[in-house]
Parts: sequence; C-alpha cells; structure tokens
Amino acid sequence: MIEVRKLVKRFGLKAVLRGLDFTVQPGEFVALLGPNGAGKTTFLRILASLSRPSLGEVRVAGYSLPNEAAQVRARLGVVSHMPLLYPDLTAEENLRFYARMYGLENQSARITEVLEMVGLEKRRGDLVRTFSRGMQQRLAIGRAVIHDPEVMLFDEPYTGLDQDASEMLDEVLKSVAARGRTVVMTSHDLARAEDLATRFDILSRGVIAASTTQAELKNTNLLAYYKQALAD
Amino acid sequence: MTDKKSHPSLLGATLAIVQKDLAAEFRSRELFSAMLVFSLLVIIIFNFALELDIEVRRTVAAGVLWTTFAFAGTLGLNRSMAVEKDRGCMDGLLLAPVDRSAIFFGKAISNLVFMLVVEAIVLPVYALLYDEMRIFQPGFLGVILLGSIGYIGVGTLLSTMSVQTRMREVLLPILLFPIAIPVLLAAVKASSGILSGAEWAEIVTPINILILYDVVFIAVPYMFFDAVVEE
Repeated sequence: MIEVRKLVKRFGLKAVLRGLDFTVQPGEFVALLGPNGAGKTTFLRILASLSRPSLGEVRVAGYSLPNEAAQVRARLGVVSHMPLLYPDLTAEENLRFYARMYGLENQSARITEVLEMVGLEKRRGDLVRTFSRGMQQRLAIGRAVIHDPEVMLFDEPYTGLDQDASEMLDEVLKSVAARGRTVVMTSHDLARAEDLATRFDILSRGVIAASTTQAELKNTNLLAYYKQALAD
Repeated sequence: MTDKKSHPSLLGATLAIVQKDLAAEFRSRELFSAMLVFSLLVIIIFNFALELDIEVRRTVAAGVLWTTFAFAGTLGLNRSMAVEKDRGCMDGLLLAPVDRSAIFFGKAISNLVFMLVVEAIVLPVYALLYDEMRIFQPGFLGVILLGSIGYIGVGTLLSTMSVQTRMREVLLPILLFPIAIPVLLAAVKASSGILSGAEWAEIVTPINILILYDVVFIAVPYMFFDAVVEE
C-alpha cells in the first residue's frame, strides 16, 4: 500500500531524510517512532503530498508522488496534532465542508455516520471552539475519515490530550484501524503505540534504523527495543 | 469506498470555500469589524485633516478612498489567511483532491466579498462627510469593483506566501504595495477622472490598465498557485 525507495529530503544543505526505504502492506498499522528531529513529521508530510521529496520514489495506494498527488489525496486521511478544523463552524458544518471538498455524495448520511463513530452526534450543532481538546481531536479523526480513505496517517495524535481524552482516542483509533485501513502513526507514547500497532519502525538520523512486529516483541517490550535500536 | 467521486469540480470546491468563509465570518465578525472600523477611522481622520480646504479635498478625494481601501484590504487579507494557517486548516485544504487553484479562487472571492461589503458601508459615510454625492454613479462604482478585484487578486496570492512566515503582518504590505502600485494608481486616476467629469478618452487608459491587471492576476494564480503553496 505504501512503497518508499531511497527517499531523500533536504532543506537547503541539511538532509533530513537520507535514503529512507519503507514499505507498508495493506491493513498494517505501523508505529513510526524516533527522537525529536529524526524526520518523522517530514516523512509523513511527504507521504501526505504536502511536501515534495528531493530524491527517491514514493508510491501510495498504487499512485506515484508527486505526479499523481490528487489520486493519492483522494485515498488518504491525515490527522496531526493540529485539528485542521474551523472554530467558528459547528462540527457538522466542518464535516460538510470537507465532504464537499472531497466531492462526496449523500453527505448527510455520511456525516451522521462519522459523528456517531467519534461519539459526537449529540454535539453536531455546537461550534468547534466550544469543544475540549479531546473532542476536537476526535472530530479531527472524523474529518480525516469522512471520505473513507484507504490509508491513514497520524502525526502525534495524542499531543496535548489528558488521560481520559487519550483513552477515548485509543478507541476511535482502534475502530479506524479495525476497518482494514492501512495506518502509519508517529508517536512518542510507546505504551500506546505498543497497544495499537502491529509493526514498529524506528526512524533515526533520516533512515529506518530498526523494525519489528508485535509478534517479534514477545520476549521483550517496545521501550527496551527502542532504546536498544537508538543505542546501536 | 462508498460515497466517493474521483475529483470534485473546481467550481464546487471554490464555492465550498467561499460558503465556509462567509459562514465563519458571519459568526465571528472579526475580519469584517477590523476592516470596517479601520476604514471609518481613516475616513474621519482625513476629513478633519482636510477640513479647511475644499479644493484640496476634492482633488484628493479618490486618493483618500483608495488609500483607505488598500490598508483595510491588507488587514482583511492577513486575517483571512491567518485563520487557515494558525490551526493547520491550510493543510486541510491542500489535502483535498481538488485543483489547488480552487483554494485561491475561494479565498479571493471571500476576500472580495468582505472588501465590497466594507466599501458599501464606507462610501455613503464618505459621501456624507465629504459632501461628494457624485460617487454614486455606475462608472465610479465600476472602477471601485475593478480596482478591488485587482487588489484582492494580487493580495490573496501574496498573503498565501507571507502567511508562511513569522513576519506575516509586516511582510504582506512590504510585498503587496509595490506590486499593487499599478492597480492603485490606475484606480485613483480613473476615479478622480470620473468625479471631475473628465471625457471618456481621458479615463479609458487607466480603466484598461485595471482590466488588464485583473485578468493577469486571475490567470497567474490559476497557473502557478500549486507552486506557491508547495512546501
């Protein structure tokens, strides 16, 4: 579903990604881990077609970036630590706007379905600026899945959430993944990543330094594996 | 993969952005209030400053109006794009599978509507304060419309660039005013010509410049907006 070969991204003379290779099979939930400045967000922005690669080949859902960006975007949902929502519109108006931007038919039914999925159907008529951070993040996930994408990218979705909001977000993320979508998530919360993901890739110094699966982690835990990978 | 079309149309996406902006502004009135209050203050200050000399007032009438609209428009342009940038909504727009020039046209039409509403309120106030009822003639209002289209066209394009920077409030006027000089000069020339009852031959050149400028700053973003928003 995602294929990346020899990806290089430079900002001026500084190379952030240095020949990165990365593959994700359909239905996989990959946690992309790494220290600050490792290039996780830059990598996700390239996958999302928001940034151009300097060199290398990137294919998402069978389409090449940046040449077939519109086709990729139609099959992609993105959630970051920013909600990408308009505070002076209601939850329903926000979703309707994005439904129009994705050219959806039968918008009302889809909006109701999404609001139920993220547990906000009773707040559909309330302005987003009255929502808590956790509710905004749930609605942000609703926005990202409004067009039923095949691939989901989550960039630090737990940033700024308290414990309760994080637990609610866990459930929403699990339901998103349970529908067979391919998911790539960056996070510093190793415990949550270990609970949600099926594979763990560690990005360090612009390349994937280590990769393991949920099954391979049986004899150790993710924190120990992560520390070891960064130390090597 | 239910409920999906391959690509929404340019017109559909443009209208969605316009309606979203108008609905959000109708609730907050932040942008409109700032533009309107600023415009009225400038008009009133100029009124006092030029109070004693009626001839000078008549001579500079068009300049006063366009100075007011240009600065008020800059306030609106900055605010309009800041709303998209501050909460990451620009990324939300860029992630949609639409021709990205729809983002330009949507934002430009919204900005133009805000500016025209402000102008519709400011012009009667100006007419009363300056005792200048000749502004309510189709030719003058046409020049206001042409000038506003050109100014908002180039302003929306440049505000998309400046909003990416930390100095966006300062950077937009620095970028915008030199590039907008042709449209502002032509608008002032055409406006003052109409107010002074000049012959058509005298005002046709500035009006042609306004039309040309409008066409260029609709065509250029249509072709290059994708590159402008590229990271």
